Formats: sequence, C-alpha cells, structure tokens
Amino acid sequence: MNIVVCIKQVPDTTDVRINPETNTLMREGVASIINPFDAYAIEEGVRIRERLGEGTVTVVTMGPPQADAALREAISLGADEAVLLCSRAFAGGDTWSTSLTLSLAMKKLNPDVVLAGKQAIDGDTAQVGPGISCHLDWPQACYVSKIREIGKGKAVVECLMETGKEVLEVELPAVLTVVKEINEPRLPSLKGKMRAKKAVITTWNEQDIEADPQKVGLNGSPTAVNRVFSPPRRGGGEIIQAETASEAAKIVVAKIKELQIA
Amino acid sequence: MLDYFLTEEQQMMVETAREIAEKKIVPVRAQYDEEQTFPTDVFKAIADADLTGVYIPDEFGGCAGDTGIMNMCLVTEELSKACGGISLSFAGTALGTLPIMIAGDDEQKKRWLPRIASGTLAAFGITESDAGSDAASMRTTAVKDGDDYILNGSKMFITNGGEADIYSVFAMTDKSRGARGCSCFVLEKDMPGFTFGKKEDKMGIRASATRELIFQDCRVPAANRLGKEGTGFMTAMKTFDNSRPGVGSQALGIAAGALDLAVDYARTRKQFGRPVIANQGLQWMLADMAMQIEAARALIYATARWIDSGAKRPTMASAMSKCYASDVAMKVTIDAIQVFGGVGYTKEYPIEKYARDAKITQIYEGTNQIQRDEIALALIKEAARG
Amino acid sequence: MSENALIIDPEKCVGCQACVKVCPFGALEMQGKLAVVNDNCTFCGACPPSCKFGAITLKRAKKVATIDLDAYKGVWVFGEQIDGVIQGVVHELIGEGRILADKRGVPLTVLVLGHQMDDAANELLEYPVDGVIYVDDPSLKHYASEPYARVVSDLIGQKKPEIFLAGATAIGRSFLARVAVEVHTGLTADCTGLDITDEGLLLQTRPAFGGNIMASILCAKHRPQMATVRHKVMQAAHKTGGRGGKVEKVTPQSTLLRSRTTRLDWLPELSDTVNLVDADIIVSGGRGMQKPENFHLIEKLAKCLGGAVGSSRAAVDAGWMPYSHQVGQTGKTVQPKLYIACGISGAVQHLVGMGSSDTIIAINKDKDAPIFSVATYGIVGDLFEVVPAMIRELGGEA
Repeated sequence: MNIVVCIKQVPDTTDVRINPETNTLMREGVASIINPFDAYAIEEGVRIRERLGEGTVTVVTMGPPQADAALREAISLGADEAVLLCSRAFAGGDTWSTSLTLSLAMKKLNPDVVLAGKQAIDGDTAQVGPGISCHLDWPQACYVSKIREIGKGKAVVECLMETGKEVLEVELPAVLTVVKEINEPRLPSLKGKMRAKKAVITTWNEQDIEADPQKVGLNGSPTAVNRVFSPPRRGGGEIIQAETASEAAKIVVAKIKELQIA
Repeated sequence: MLDYFLTEEQQMMVETAREIAEKKIVPVRAQYDEEQTFPTDVFKAIADADLTGVYIPDEFGGCAGDTGIMNMCLVTEELSKACGGISLSFAGTALGTLPIMIAGDDEQKKRWLPRIASGTLAAFGITESDAGSDAASMRTTAVKDGDDYILNGSKMFITNGGEADIYSVFAMTDKSRGARGCSCFVLEKDMPGFTFGKKEDKMGIRASATRELIFQDCRVPAANRLGKEGTGFMTAMKTFDNSRPGVGSQALGIAAGALDLAVDYARTRKQFGRPVIANQGLQWMLADMAMQIEAARALIYATARWIDSGAKRPTMASAMSKCYASDVAMKVTIDAIQVFGGVGYTKEYPIEKYARDAKITQIYEGTNQIQRDEIALALIKEAARG
Repeated sequence: MSENALIIDPEKCVGCQACVKVCPFGALEMQGKLAVVNDNCTFCGACPPSCKFGAITLKRAKKVATIDLDAYKGVWVFGEQIDGVIQGVVHELIGEGRILADKRGVPLTVLVLGHQMDDAANELLEYPVDGVIYVDDPSLKHYASEPYARVVSDLIGQKKPEIFLAGATAIGRSFLARVAVEVHTGLTADCTGLDITDEGLLLQTRPAFGGNIMASILCAKHRPQMATVRHKVMQAAHKTGGRGGKVEKVTPQSTLLRSRTTRLDWLPELSDTVNLVDADIIVSGGRGMQKPENFHLIEKLAKCLGGAVGSSRAAVDAGWMPYSHQVGQTGKTVQPKLYIACGISGAVQHLVGMGSSDTIIAINKDKDAPIFSVATYGIVGDLFEVVPAMIRELGGEA
C-alpha cells in the first residue's frame, strides 16, 4: 500500500512565550517541530504498513528548505521516503492554494491513502486535508480516531464528532485526517535516526508538480491577511485572600453566584 | 560537561536514550518505585529504539561497532539520570549478555545475541547466599549426564530474575578444583527444574526485579556451556572487567540526575527574598558535586574506551570506575537532599529516591571494599614486576 | 504591481531586530546587521509599523477579480442538523448573519440539508431570517461530506450569495473546505469576529497560534466570502415572530448525491457529562489531582454548578481521564462563561484552549503557577481542602 502522510513544520509552543509588554509571540530561539497532530498521522501510516506487512510511507511537506528537518524526523519515526515541496511560488498560500499544491504532489505520488493531522497548531484551520481531497475529487474522513480496517480499495474508520463517533466505510484513495486519540506515537529509534541522517530528500518545485504559478502560493490564494494584532491582554486577576480554605471557598462561591450563570 | 568527542552514532544513542528517559521514565518512576513495578513497557521502548543492541556486535544484530562498552556506558548513564532502578533492566541485561560475548562460540552467539539485541531480557547469576564476595565458594553444582548437565542449587539477589528469558549461570562442575572447577551455562526461563524464589523488597532500585534462581535437577544441554569446563570463574572475572564501568555509569547517571534536580531547585526556591542558589555555601556544595561527577565521567569513559580498544587486563581501571563513581553517587545524592532541605526528605520530590538508588552501586558487582582490594592487588603486582 | 513584495531598505535598517520579534511567521531573520525576509512571509503587514526607522515597505499586488462580484447578493448561514435537530450554533449564526445582512442591506437565508425536516425548517422562519432553503433527500439525512459539499456548491452557483457562514463544528469545518475548493473561493476557519468593511467586504477575525495572535482576513475577489464561526462566541438570535419569509424546498439532482463514504454505525459518547464545547461552566482537573479517584471531587463540583468536567493533558496522558475531556492545544478549545481550573499549572498549551473563557477561577498550591496570570480569581491553596469547601458552600455533600 502506498501511504502518504502530509505534515507541517510549526513552532514549538512549549517554547513560545508571550512578550508581556507587547503581548506578541516571542519567537526568538523557538524550536520548530512536526505539527503534533501530524505526528499521529505518521505513526498511523507506519502502523498500517507494519500491519499489512508491505507498503511504503512517504511524508510530504510544503515549506522552506529548513522543513527538511521535519521530514528527516519523520523518517527517524519510521517513514520510508520524503518529499519537500519548496519554492518561492508556494510561499504565503492560504488553505485553498496550499491544498492545491499538495494535491498536485499527490497526483505525482499516486497514493492509496493520504493521512494528515486534523489541523496544524499554528493555523488551526483543519481545512487543508479536506481541501486536498476535494482538489483530487476523492472522498475524505476527518477527525479519525481509529482505523478499524484498511485494505485494497476501502477503509473502515471511526470519526470523532462533538457528541459521539461515526463509523464510516470510505472508498480509497481517500484523505483521512486524524486526532490525538488514534495512537501513541513511538519515539525515534537509533536506526531510524541513522537512516534519517543519510536519507535523500526529494525536492519538488512548481514545475516538478506542474503547478500554474498563478494558482499556488500567495497568487492563488482567495483570502489575504488584512491585519495581524494582539488579542486584548488578559491580566492576572484577583488572588483571593483568606485565612482558611473554607473562607476562600465562601468568597469564591459568592463570586460565582454574582455571575448568575449557574 | 566536557566534550568527550563522541562519534555521531554515540551522540544519537545519547539523544535517543535521553528522549526515552524524559518521555517514558520520568512520568512513571515514582509510581514504579512505590509499587516495585518491573518496567516491561519502558524496556520495550528501549528495545524499539534499538538501544538494546548498542553493545552487541553488528554481525549478531547489534550496532556496537568497535565501541560496545562505551556505548553501553553512555546509554546506562542517560537512562540512570532519570531512574537508576528502571535503567537496570538495560544494564542488568548487558551484564547477563557479556559472558556469551566473552566465552561463547559463534554458534552460541548466533543463538542468543540477536534475540537480546532485539529486546529479550537477560540476567547474570553468580551470587549465592553463602557465596557473595567469595564467589569461589559457590555450592550450585552441574553434574554431567550424557549430553546434558544436571544443575542443583540456588542463586540469590539476581537482577532481572524471573523477568529475563536468558540467564548466564555459574555452577561447580568439579568442586575439588575450587575456582577452577566452575563453569558457566546459559539457561532459558522455561527449562524444567528452573524456578524463581521470592522477589526482594529493597531500599532502592525498586523498579528492578531481584529474585532467587532455584535449580532442582535442572537439565541443561552441554551445548549451553560457555567455554570449556572449569573456565567459568575466568569468564566471570572478565565479565566484571567489562561490566564494572557500566555500574559506574549507572552511579554516574544517578549522580548527574540528582545534581540537575538540585541546581534547578536551588534556582527556583526562594528564602530571605532571593533564590537559595545565591548563597555561597550552597554554591560550593554544587561545585563540589559537579567536579566529582565530571571526574567520575572522565575515568569511566577513559576505561570504557580502553576496554573497547582491546585492553588485556583493565581490572584496576574497571574497579576504579565502579568504586569511584558509586562513592561519588552516594555523596552527591545525599548532598542533593541537603540542597532541597525538608522537602528533599519527603517522597513528594524525587530526590530521596536518587539516594536510595545510589546505595546499591557501592554494594553490587563487588562491594567497594572488594574493588579496593582489586586495585591494591594490581598495585602490588605492578610494583613486584618492577 | 503584479506581485506582493516586502521591501527592507538596507540604508534605513539599523539591525534593531524589532521587526524580527513581531513577525508571527518567522519570516524575518538577521543576516549580519540587516533584517532580511524569507519565504515564510505572507505579507500580513505586521512588521512595517514595528520599524521605527521606516525601513520596511509592504507592497500588495492588486488582484483583479475574474468573476462578477456584483452578481453575488445576500447572506446565507448553514443550518447544521444532527438527527433532524437544528444545532445551537445555527441560532448564533442567524444572530450574526442578521447583523451582517442588515449592514449590507441584503436578505438572510438559512440553508438546511436533511430529510423529513419540514417542521424544523418552518420553525426557523420564526427567527429573524428572510427565508429558508431546505434541501430534502433521504441521503442527506445524516451528514456526508461529498453530497453535502456538492449540493451546497451547486446552490451557491445557482443563487450566488455574497456571504456564507457555517458553525466551526466537526461537520462545518470538514465539508466547507470542500465547498471552498469546488466554488473556488476563500474560507476562513473558526472566526471569533465578523464585520463589514467600508468597502462592503466581510472582515473575518480569527485567532491563530492558539489564540496568541489575532488575524483579520479578507476575501476580496472571490465569492461567496465564507467563514466557519466558533460556537459560543456570537449572540444567539431568538424567535421574533419572523419576517414573512418562506421555506423553499429543493429536491437535489441525483448526480450530486454520489458518496464514496457509507455510514455504518453511530457510537454516542457514553459519558453523561455535557458536551464540553457547549458547556457554560467547566470544572477541570490537572496533574494536581494526583490520582484518578480524586476526579470525583471535580465531578461533584461540576454537578453542583451544572457544568461539564474538563481535564488537562497531563491528567489525560496519565490515564486518569478520557481524551474527550481534554482541554487545550491537542484537545478541545472551549470558551465557557466560567472555567474552574483545579490543580492545573497552566502550560501554554492549556491556556490556549481555555484562555478566552469569560471568567476563570484557578485553584493551585503553587502561587507562581502560570494559570494565575489568566485567572479572574485565584486561590493559592490545597485543592483537596478548597474544592470540598466549595461543594459544601454550594449545598452539596463533599
């Protein structure tokens, strides 16, 4: 089975601090990591290959040359091949053009199934997975919390919705976006790390995937960021001063009652 | 920390072990210590990360290269920084494996080493209730019977006992010859007549399983004997020459982990309006701890590399590594509790466990008194040679 | 201008790095003493005002629309239903959609896809809407991404609304992305603010980086302007007796209904707690709960207040609580009226999931815990004393 996992390199929020004066992100020295949801997708891809006893897992990302590190990490976690979609033409894209770019890469890779995290933790849109699927005119299953079975031509998955789980049979090829519940990703292995170091990363630009430069990146984006600003700052509030726990509880319960929601 | 010019592979081993320590060991160590849980899941993670092969030759499924002992030390140290008990599942397996690497023939190596490299636990059985430091007085016997040996007797305080599948066990094949009548056998867990006694309830390294091995007419094929009859004691001594830097590394890791915690705590704990680390008295304690740890590390690494280069008699350096590092670990962990003050004495914080775990490193694989005997003996021999 | 450009004047740049710090995308870096822009740049406009030396100029390309923008009129909201029940978020969409439609002077329409839902469709007319389009077919009874996307895309093509809003729910977020691709327009996810600009465009404001920054987004040259809207943010509309609109019942073409997914089963969440995202009150426990048994305290407090039970990632990873209760970056983003955090230190990842709650109460024994930096009211103390006292104070039995 030809399994492709789409990943994104994002800033590690455990390192992100907010500048208390400007209330903006302080990005200096912030490490880049694989989007945590994509890590579950990588693990699931590797597990499918292990379960079937055959197949390849190819990781794909669109990003600057530095995204090479994320691809190598994915190889250390068990992926076989890696493709970097890298070009100035791809930069600044919104979800429409980014999903188009990735879908063109899929046409070249011809996978049986595409896995991705449900969303990336920097943009939080959850739109690229379904977008890829629609550009390819494929079916999709989002928020997948379990792949019950997967084989030639179909998969049975459980999708996490607000009030329960929907069990879906999906014709392949399809795009499946996954949630955290689906697995616990393994740690990188020594041999994986060695393989990652030596791996040859394929790099494709707009010509390689036959993309119209007017339709990808910023050029191909229907939306544009108008302004970026800091949310209204939320200061620390009042620390309740009380001698005993029951006194503190009395004060705070009074505050709750003032809110008149209960 | 000094730059010890680790190879790229060794740096990856350290990184890989560190990730396991942080993500798999730290979250469970307190619970495993309290409940005396054997870390089967963590050992699986260690195996899945290929670390169980770092000291096993490449042709037998490992990735030792020509730096097996150094690799073993690096991984042991890194895991021990998080928990000296959980790390012992790895280090105890290495100890049980060494006799096969030292005295096994190719056939035997092919039988057992690939299994160990891919995550089978091993154990080493020499100590008996009446034969601790005086290993030569052991009572377990192996009597030849056709193509087999019949083992009778018992072994005490065996690390990974009952959990491991592969055991290197020492038994007397000829009591009349004393130390020269000892032979080494590889036993597998499911052999009839091979059972386990109770699990010890210990002060420290509580996540490690320590059990008695019991042999009642246990039939072991002669093909499982490592080396010739009567070479067991030599095998054991050579094993210790190779393994003692590993015990040193366990102690080193415990000490280094304790120092990290102590520095962290001293930076955040405020008294009299400033962090306690601002006090010179405390700074000097931390400086002494760091200095001793680095000295232990330098000694262990130099010894491990010497062994990897093919040293004939590394006994003195091995003994020094184990003895020095374990004394350092005991001192550093006790001082680390002092840095924490009152909370350091409680189980709310992990530091008291470091001291409990450190203590065993002064005792097992030869007490530190025995190590000093070895060092002195080597000194005397060298002087006599002139 | 045919292309966007961010130009840094090397004569004016003094290497102060002020721009590097404000860039939300890590697109500015230092080369020696000069700031340079890399491929990450999205031309968002955050950096030019940060430069005290006027060294940064942003030139935006002028886009030419390829469609007749004036042909698109009206505001649509998606009437999401589950098992035939119109979801709560729809009333919020109607409330917000009404404001936008009035600003634009255009009608507001609710679009419902389902089966045997005539009553529910008619009931929507009692809200301040100008009409309801109800697409009825057995295959639309339950959500299915392909038919839903195709039917909606087809209607958009026929009727050309200028704005289309849906709830940022599992359903809304997964099929609207397909609609956006099919009709070739922009879609902004998870908006928390909507407005109409002076030029008559939909100004869509949304949090990014887990709420650490806000971005306002425009879709100038494509229609409709589409957004998913976060639940519990907009004011819900109430029944006002209606505006004399009608339900237009549509039977979809069968070609639109092809689906390559089949719903085999539905497994309802077994827990009797309220849906976290819908809850007005959430009581959450973290690592400080120490063991799973202690979560009964959280449950009791939640019960006294009529709220839902949440959890930090630490408690989920330790296996004390199921993942469905996790609040934070890799869990759920919640915005209740009251959030009570018990024994949660407040790692960034947790704060981004609950930081926009109206009122936050934090109980933690570490006075330096970051949770206190966002708490409206903080109690420094032992939760095992404070929480039972609160339960008793609320008339419960601790």
